[in-house]
Amino acid sequence: MKLSEISELLHTSVLCNKDLLSTEVENGFASDLLSDVLTIPVHNTLLITGLSNIQVLRTAEILDIRAIILVRNKQASDEMIEMAQRCGIVLMTYSGSMFKACGILYSNGLKPVY
Amino acid sequence: MHLEFNTEGGDFANAGAASSSVKNILRKMGIDPAIIRRVVVAIYEAEVNVVAHAYRGKVLVDIQPEEICVRVVDEGPGIADIELAMTEGYSTASEKVREMGFGAGMGLPNIKKNADVFKIESVVGQGTDVWICNKLS
Repeated sequence: MKLSEISELLHTSVLCNKDLLSTEVENGFASDLLSDVLTIPVHNTLLITGLSNIQVLRTAEILDIRAIILVRNKQASDEMIEMAQRCGIVLMTYSGSMFKACGILYSNGLKPVY
Repeated sequence: MHLEFNTEGGDFANAGAASSSVKNILRKMGIDPAIIRRVVVAIYEAEVNVVAHAYRGKVLVDIQPEEICVRVVDEGPGIADIELAMTEGYSTASEKVREMGFGAGMGLPNIKKNADVFKIESVVGQGTDVWICNKLS
């Protein structure tokens, strides 16, 4: 699924790398626990999280995660946006819950990692 | 190639600096992304452990054409029962560390899972030494 389609489905605010919205992601993973994110076999993955700190970006960088949606209307710091920009990660915010984001994306065809 | 990184306890902003640098170097060397992923996840978990549990530490990286070996050595409280610390789900992490998204008791087992060779030694009251070695082809 294209990131632009994901953004439209959820009405997200795209905080950086809008030029990368044509990127395709194969699957999604939702967690507030980075320890869990670090154990999954991600590949072209969208991370959905309610955690908003610089380590979310670092973890995404390490795992080559293409895009992050911050749910529950969590806001990103300038440092996070700057790092996302630098790493080529599309960072978005979504006003709804993690459950709702997952439900909408799953029912529109985004696959789970497992 | 030898690289050395300093890590401070509690400094979450810089946790991952070593793994990020190693990732860029291995990528430039043309190493298989699946191998890079295993190496950098292991180093990153070890860096987070230092930030989460120790006072300060060093990440010592040795990259050879066929192999990468990383030693993460810290000054800190050490680990009294390594077998227990290697158990998935066991953690002594603080509330602050958990708020950062870590401290689920997955770090050491995940390092072992991603390393070809993994060794850990610890002295209570002094610190912990973790060795990670991975083949690059």
